[in-house]
Amino acid sequence: MFSYKEIKKTALISLWFVFLTFPIMVIKVDPIERIVRWRWDNAIYVGVGIFFTRFLIEYLKDRNNKRQAAKRSANKESQPIIHSIIANPKQRNIVIVVLLSTAFIFPFIFSTYQTNIMITALMYVVLGLGLNIVVGMAGLLDLGFVAFYAVGAYSYALLNYHFGLGFWAVLPIGGCLAGLAGLILGFPVLRLRGDYLAIVTLGFGEIIRLVLENWNDFSMGPSGISNIDRPGFFGIELSLNGSIMYLYYIMIVLMIITIFIVNRLQDSRLGRAWIALREDEIACQAMGIDKRKTKLVAFSLGAFWAGIVGVIFAAKTTFINPASFTFLESAIILSIVVLGGMGSIIGVIMGAFILILLPEYLRAFSEYRMLVFGGILVAMMVFRPQGLISNIRRTYTFNKDQ
Amino acid sequence: MTTPILKVTGLTMDFGGIRALNRLDLDVCAGEIVALIGPNGAGKTTFFNCVTGIYQPTGGDMILTPPGGHKSINLKGLKPNTVTEKGLARTFQNIRLFSKMTVLENVMIGRHCRTHAFIFGAIFRTKATRKEEKEIIEMSYSLLKEVGLAHLADEFAENLAYGAQRRLEIARALATEPLLLLLDEPAAGMNPQETLQLKELIKKIASAGQAILLIEHDMKLVMSLSDRIFVMDYGKKIAEGVPAEIRANPEVIKAYLGEDIDA
Amino acid sequence: MDYFIELLFSGLTRGSIYALIALGYTMVYGIIGLINFAHGEIYMIGAFTAFIVATVLSIYGFPLLAIVVVAGVAATVWSSAYGYTIEKIAYKPLRHAPRLSPLISAIGMSIFLQNYVLLAQTSDFLPFPELIPEFAFMEPVAHIVGSSDLVILVTTTIIMLILTFVIKFTRIGKAMRATAQDRTMAMLVGINVNNIISATFIIGSALAAIGGLLIASHIGQINFYIGFIAGIKAFTAAVLGGIGSIPGAVLGSLILGLTESFATGYISSDYEDVFAFSLLVLILIFKPSGLLGKAETQKV
Repeated sequence: MFSYKEIKKTALISLWFVFLTFPIMVIKVDPIERIVRWRWDNAIYVGVGIFFTRFLIEYLKDRNNKRQAAKRSANKESQPIIHSIIANPKQRNIVIVVLLSTAFIFPFIFSTYQTNIMITALMYVVLGLGLNIVVGMAGLLDLGFVAFYAVGAYSYALLNYHFGLGFWAVLPIGGCLAGLAGLILGFPVLRLRGDYLAIVTLGFGEIIRLVLENWNDFSMGPSGISNIDRPGFFGIELSLNGSIMYLYYIMIVLMIITIFIVNRLQDSRLGRAWIALREDEIACQAMGIDKRKTKLVAFSLGAFWAGIVGVIFAAKTTFINPASFTFLESAIILSIVVLGGMGSIIGVIMGAFILILLPEYLRAFSEYRMLVFGGILVAMMVFRPQGLISNIRRTYTFNKDQ
Repeated sequence: MTTPILKVTGLTMDFGGIRALNRLDLDVCAGEIVALIGPNGAGKTTFFNCVTGIYQPTGGDMILTPPGGHKSINLKGLKPNTVTEKGLARTFQNIRLFSKMTVLENVMIGRHCRTHAFIFGAIFRTKATRKEEKEIIEMSYSLLKEVGLAHLADEFAENLAYGAQRRLEIARALATEPLLLLLDEPAAGMNPQETLQLKELIKKIASAGQAILLIEHDMKLVMSLSDRIFVMDYGKKIAEGVPAEIRANPEVIKAYLGEDIDA
Repeated sequence: MDYFIELLFSGLTRGSIYALIALGYTMVYGIIGLINFAHGEIYMIGAFTAFIVATVLSIYGFPLLAIVVVAGVAATVWSSAYGYTIEKIAYKPLRHAPRLSPLISAIGMSIFLQNYVLLAQTSDFLPFPELIPEFAFMEPVAHIVGSSDLVILVTTTIIMLILTFVIKFTRIGKAMRATAQDRTMAMLVGINVNNIISATFIIGSALAAIGGLLIASHIGQINFYIGFIAGIKAFTAAVLGGIGSIPGAVLGSLILGLTESFATGYISSDYEDVFAFSLLVLILIFKPSGLLGKAETQKV
C-alpha cells in the first residue's frame, strides 16, 4: 500500500483539500478594521492532516478486508466481546452488579459537578433509547425529536408556573402530552416516504421552536421560564447538592426502567413488526401488518420518552427557553443512535456516554463537538453503518421434536 | 358446484391511459390449484397486486367467501393488511423477505395478523402474551419443517440460497393461515432440481386442502400441478379450462407463439 | 398600491434566489434520489467565499467591477469544488446502501460544514460589501424596487435560460436526463454515470454559489448559519414545484417567495419562517408529488 502510485495519489488528494479549504481556512478578513490575515499554517495542517488520514483509512480498510477474508476461510463468526458477555448469564450478572453498584455510589465519590454531568449523560441515554425505537427499530428518520422533548419541558414549566403542579404529577402528564403530540403529528405524516418524513419532522420541530419563541403570551418567548421547581422529595426541602443527587437517582431508575421496557418491546410481536417494517414495508403489509398503526405506536412511544426527559430537563435546569430545543439537539440524539448502532440498546447507551461525556471531560475538544458529531454521522454511514455495537437478533428456543 | 372462495368479476385496472387489466373474470374453489398464465406483461402480477390491495383497481369486484357458510366480503378498496387478515396471502415475484431477520422470525411475522399482544402485553409479559408467543414460535417452526428449512431457523434470511428463500416466502405466507395462497412465479430462477422440490412442496400444501392461485411460466410445472388454468394476454382473459383444454387451445398457442408449451 | 408592488418585487427577488438553490436540490434528487441536505451549506460557503474574496480585494483597493467578477468566479469555483468533493466522500460510497443512509450522511455533512466555517471563521454576522451599486436610472422607482432587486431578477432569468438550454440541447444535458430516467439503462448505452452525477453536483453548487453571492450583497450580511434556513426553504420550494422537475423548482420558488413576502408584509413578520415550514409540511402531507411532479408508482 505504500507504493509510489498510492503516495502520489494521496499527495494529490491532499493538495486538492488544501485548495478546497484555502479561502475558508487560510484567509481571515476583518471587514471593520480592514485587515487581512493570511493563516498559511492552516494550509499546511490541512495538507498533512489529509495525507495521513487517507493512509490511515486505507490501512484500516485493508486490515478489515484481510480480517474478513480470514474469517471467511476459517468459517466461523467472531462475536464482539459484549455479545459473548450477554450470552453468558453468569458473566452478565456480574457485569450488571458491578455497573449498578458503581452507579449507586457514584455521587458519593465524585463531586456535584461530576454528578451533574452524569445526569446529563443519563438523560441522553434515555433520549437515545427513545429515538432508537423510532429510528433504530421502526426505521423512521425523525429529525424533529427535540420537539417532543420541548413539549415535555414546557408542560412542566407551564403547569408548574401557572398551577404550581409538582414534578411527580407532571412527569406522566409531560410524557403523555408528548406522546399525544407524536400521535397527532404522526397521523398525517407517517404515510410519507422515509426521506420526506425526515424533512417534515424537521420542519415540525422548527415550527414548534419558532412558535415558542414568538408566542409570548403562552411561552414567554425567548426569555423563557425560570424558577421551575426541582423534584419534590416527600415534601422535604433538599439542599442544592441533595436535590442534584436525588435527580441523579431518579435518572438511574428511569434509565433502568427504559432499558427494561425497550428490551421487552424489541423482543415482542410489536418489536418484530417494527423491524420488519424497517426492512420492507410492502412485504409487511402483505403479511397483515397495519403499517400506519405500527408506525404510529413507535413514533408516539419515542415521543413519550422524549417528553419524560423533557420534564426532567426542566426540573434539572430550573430554567428553559426555546434556544435549548434547536435542530442541533435532534442531531445530537441522532448521532448517539447512529454511533451506537441503530436498533442496538447497548450501542445506544455507549453512544450517549461517549458523545456526551467525552466533550465534557476533554474541554479543549468541546469546541469541536458539533464538527465531530457531523463527521461521525458521515463516517459511520460510510464505514460502519451498523454502528459500534451491531444489534444481534434474538434466537428462540423451541421444542425441535414436536 | 360450491361457491368459489375467490370470485373476481370484471376486474379492470388503468394506469394513466394504459389498461393493464380489462374486465377480467376468475374464480378459485376450495382445495383447488388454479394457475394464471400468459406472456410477459400480460398483467398477471398486476392482477395479484389488485387482489391483494396493493393497487386499487379501477373497476370490478373481488368477492371472498370463507367456507362454512360465512358471509362474503368484497376485497375491493381494502388495505393490503386487511386483505391478508381476511384470508389472502401472497409471495412475491422478486423475493421480498426481511433480510436482516432470521428465517424463523420471518415466518413469525406471518403470524402477526392472527395474534394480538400489544404494548401492555409486551412490557409486562402477561400469561396470555407468553402463551401466544410460544404458539407463534411453535407454529412457525413447524411450518419451517414443512418447507424443509427447519435446520436453518436461526440463519439470516439474506444468507439463504435462492430456492430456499422462495420456500421461506411460502412458509411466511402460510403462517397467516390463508384461505387462498397466491404464489407469484415461485419457480422463477430455480434449477430443475429445485423446481422439482417446489412441485412436491406445492402438492403437499394442496393435499392438506389449501387453495392455491399460481402465476408461473414453467409450463411443465403448471400443467402437472393445476386443476384449472386461466390464460391472459394484454390484460384480457383469452382462455380458461383444464390443462388438456388449454394445451389444445389455438388462442393460447397464438399468444405463446414461439414459446415452448408442449409439456 | 406601492406597498403591494414593493412586496411583489421583494417576493420575486426572494423567489428567484430560492430558485437558484432549489435547482440544486431538484437536479440531485432527479439523478440519485437523494435529498442533499448539505446543499444549503454549499450556498453558505459560496457566500462566504465571495465575502472573503471581495473584502480582500476591496482592502487592496481593486475597482468594483473587478471585485464583482473575481468574487463571483471564486464563489462559483469553490462551491462547485465543495459540491464535487462532498459527493465523492459522503454519497458515492453509499449509492447502494439503504435509502436512509445517504440522508443521514448528508445531515452529518451539513452539520460538519456549518461548524467548519464557524470554527475557521467566526460565529458573528459579517457585513457583506456592497457589490451592486444603486443605478441612477432606477432613481424614480427606488422606493419600491431597489437596484439589487433588478440585478437579481435579471441575473437569475439569464441563468435559468442558460440552464434550460444546457439541459435541453447539450450532450451533457441529454446524458443527465437519461441518467435521471434510468441509471442502469444510461450506463448500458455508454454514459459515464459517475461523471454525470459529479457534473450535476457541480452545476447545482455553482447555481447555489451565485445565489449566495446575490442574496448576501442584497441583505448585506452573512454568517455560518444562513445555509440551514435557506436550504430548507429552497427544499420546500423544490417539493412545492415537484421535486425532480426543473420548471417545478422555479415555479415553487416564486410561489414560496411571494407567499413569504405577502405573508410577512400583510400578516406578521414574527412568523416569517413558520410560513415556509408550514407550507412544507402541508405540501408533503397533501400533495407530495408537488405541482409539476409526477406521482411515483411503487413497483412490486
